[in-house]
Amino acid sequence: MIRRNIGFKLTLAVSVTALLTISIFAYVNIQSHSRSLLVEVERHASQISQTVTSSTEYDMLLNEPARIHETIKRLGGQPSIERIRIMNKTGQVIYSSDAKEIGKMVDKSAESCVRCHFIDPPLKSLGMKERTRVFQRPSEHSRTLGIITPIYNQASCWTAACHAHPQAQTILGVFDVVLPLAEVDKELWRGQMEIVIFAISAVLLLSVIIGIVVRRWVDLPVKELLAATQHVASGDLSYTIDEQREDELGMLARSFNHMTNKLSEARMQIFQSDKLAALGRLAAGVAHEINNPLTGVLTYSSLMLKQTADRPELHADLEVVVRETLRCRGIVKSLLDFARQSVPKKSAADVNEIIQRALSVVERQLALNQVVLERRLDPDLPLTTIDANQIEQVLINLLVNAADAIGPHGGTIMVSSAVLSLSPVGVTQIKQACCPKRHNLIDDTVRTDGKPSVRLKARCGRDEGFVYVDPMYGKGAHRQGVAFEEGKTVQLVCPECSVSLMVEKETCPLCQSGIYAFDIPSGGIVKGCSRAGCGWQQWSEVDASGNKEFVEIRVRDTGCGIPEEALAKIYEPFYSTKGPKGTGLGLAVIWGIVDNHNGMIEVESAVGVGTTFIVRIPVKP
Amino acid sequence: MKAKRDILVIDDEAVVVEGVARICGFQGLSVDTADNGAAGLEQLDRYAYRLVLCDVMMQTLDGFQYLAEAARRSSRTPVIMITGYATVENAVHSLLCGAIDFIAKPFTVDELLAVVQRGLNYGRLVEEEAPAAGAPSPRTNGPTPHYRLGPVSWAAIEPAGTALIGVSDVFVRTIDGVQRVDLSSAGSELVQGNSCAAISSTNALVHSVMCPLSGRVLDANARVIAHPDILASGPYADGWLYRILPSDLKYNLRWLQAGEASPGRGDFR
Repeated sequence: MIRRNIGFKLTLAVSVTALLTISIFAYVNIQSHSRSLLVEVERHASQISQTVTSSTEYDMLLNEPARIHETIKRLGGQPSIERIRIMNKTGQVIYSSDAKEIGKMVDKSAESCVRCHFIDPPLKSLGMKERTRVFQRPSEHSRTLGIITPIYNQASCWTAACHAHPQAQTILGVFDVVLPLAEVDKELWRGQMEIVIFAISAVLLLSVIIGIVVRRWVDLPVKELLAATQHVASGDLSYTIDEQREDELGMLARSFNHMTNKLSEARMQIFQSDKLAALGRLAAGVAHEINNPLTGVLTYSSLMLKQTADRPELHADLEVVVRETLRCRGIVKSLLDFARQSVPKKSAADVNEIIQRALSVVERQLALNQVVLERRLDPDLPLTTIDANQIEQVLINLLVNAADAIGPHGGTIMVSSAVLSLSPVGVTQIKQACCPKRHNLIDDTVRTDGKPSVRLKARCGRDEGFVYVDPMYGKGAHRQGVAFEEGKTVQLVCPECSVSLMVEKETCPLCQSGIYAFDIPSGGIVKGCSRAGCGWQQWSEVDASGNKEFVEIRVRDTGCGIPEEALAKIYEPFYSTKGPKGTGLGLAVIWGIVDNHNGMIEVESAVGVGTTFIVRIPVKP
Repeated sequence: MKAKRDILVIDDEAVVVEGVARICGFQGLSVDTADNGAAGLEQLDRYAYRLVLCDVMMQTLDGFQYLAEAARRSSRTPVIMITGYATVENAVHSLLCGAIDFIAKPFTVDELLAVVQRGLNYGRLVEEEAPAAGAPSPRTNGPTPHYRLGPVSWAAIEPAGTALIGVSDVFVRTIDGVQRVDLSSAGSELVQGNSCAAISSTNALVHSVMCPLSGRVLDANARVIAHPDILASGPYADGWLYRILPSDLKYNLRWLQAGEASPGRGDFR
């Protein structure tokens, strides 16, 4: 596991790089240090060699071997010098600080000789490099440095009184000075050790610091992301990550949260459409199964109705049976219509009359439950263009829900109607929208409050994404399909043809950002602010049409109320709190019907106090 | 020569068969029943029926298969489809397959009687205008170019993209005297295969006209409402019902039959 850890890998990579760099540096440093020390020692040895040569030269000319002996002995006795000797041309040691050596022959292949005698005839002159040799005797730990200085035959030599050397001889002998390098080697060893210790500590320190930094800034956030992906994979799309950080990982976290949010919405929509598909199948099945027995009821009851024209007491009852069976037929039909999202069959109708009809259906049940029914109907309601059957169904469903909420111990249901005039802002739906090149901008797949959104493409620098404009004019619940940096200018274009939708030389009156515009084929242009979070919109044609008239129906009960967490779900198909008694379809059907009428439905509820459903239907479609 | 009977009801739902038989029985009509398409065909081989009422969804041999099989046997008995699954597609598909009309469950006595009356009258027209088997059927005619939804209604596409819709002459002739026409008002939405107009006949029956195209009503013909008799005198001229803005023309036209180019009398179906 630890080998797969990204932090470990990063730390390892940095440590190995540091180790390599520092090792190379240390190697070069040690080499240079060692070289300069050796050069220093060589210079020192050369000086000694020169000193010995100078000190003995005069004695040689005078042919004073005893004095030469003494000088060499004294010089060679110094602690920094191991040995000084002079060899003649034949290799015989003539003088030496080590008395035992005198008179011995030196092997020409020995350390001190090969410098000149590796070729035949031997070299006559030598540079500094050739004169010096560093070697280690097998018996010793430390190295030794030797330096030879050839003694050249000079005029003073062959003209000297002793006449020891003929004039033809070039080299008379060799001075050999040998210095111990023990001190130097010790110094070098210490230096190397220091550098190695420094390198190891530097690498360790670096590894620790990098390790901590990587863990803090990379490892932990990545682990958090990993945990989040596992949560998401296991189906928990509500899991979010802390997005406080300002770096790339912070952006990644924001993108991740955005993604899960989108996924969650997509799943919800799929879920919803699955439910609707199931509802469609159910409706089809119900229609088929229920219509057969209903045919029996309707044919026989209508037959009896015909046969009992002369018996008024039976006739009236049968009329109710026939009427209610026809209503059943309407309900089954509308269930199919809802499943197929078909258009309602609207005509001008009196909403109060529909309320009365709905109340007469449930009145008996309400009386049994000791529910007091209050009516506050506005007598001056305008005729409203609606599907009377569907609206009656809405009311019956709401009344039955209210009675169920009250339970068997009694309460009050208040039904009221009123006409009200609402500003078109927030209540007018943008049902069609297109770009200047007439491409449709309405997107059925992404819905805002159940209504198809207006989809625009947003560009910000190199980033691109979709923006879903709330189809309710002025409501401003727009959604960004992509997160742009705050303050950056966003360009909105048509997703089809990329033609710009931005309006030049005009800015948002609220925040001075750029504004976009798209055409409404049925009339006018909608303008809006391009900045996320600013909901400013203008649709002059709708603003000019003034307030819109709505008929408002309120159904208020003194029942148990709806808990807040359930409020968001009540319109979902198959969501029910009634247990086996409810199908969970009632409010979903109501929502579909109200939506088909371009109306609105709202709910106000307090647990233990009661619930009010408010349905508003435009007087003119 | 097969023995003559009035009506054959084919449905796998006993209560429906019994109900229909009983209502028709009250009208003095002789009724036979069958509980699936195959049994219905056997009956059809045995007797000469004036009218067949047939369910769409049945276990053995469904309504569409029955229509195909009856056509293969050159049966001239008009067929009216019944279904509990009243989708628009079922309704218009039935007419495309040769049924002359469609009634959705559940129905009232009057609705059933109206459609049965039209079916019997249709059969009589076929006999009158083409008495010998194999001879051409009675014909309809209409404005050109036009599309027909069975022998019930027609639609003519106007150059402006709007469409005129009306009721076919055969449909009017199967009604015993038009007394009153009820139309939806301008602005309402019509759906193909659903009822778009109610024609009351002198014998107090109300006949639903199946709409040939979906769309929004731009204009309902006030003259037809004021003078219902022009429906009989000129169903393709002054007797049109609506001018509509079609909402899904391409899809709707798949279910319609194109009328012939020359004016005059077209096929009944």
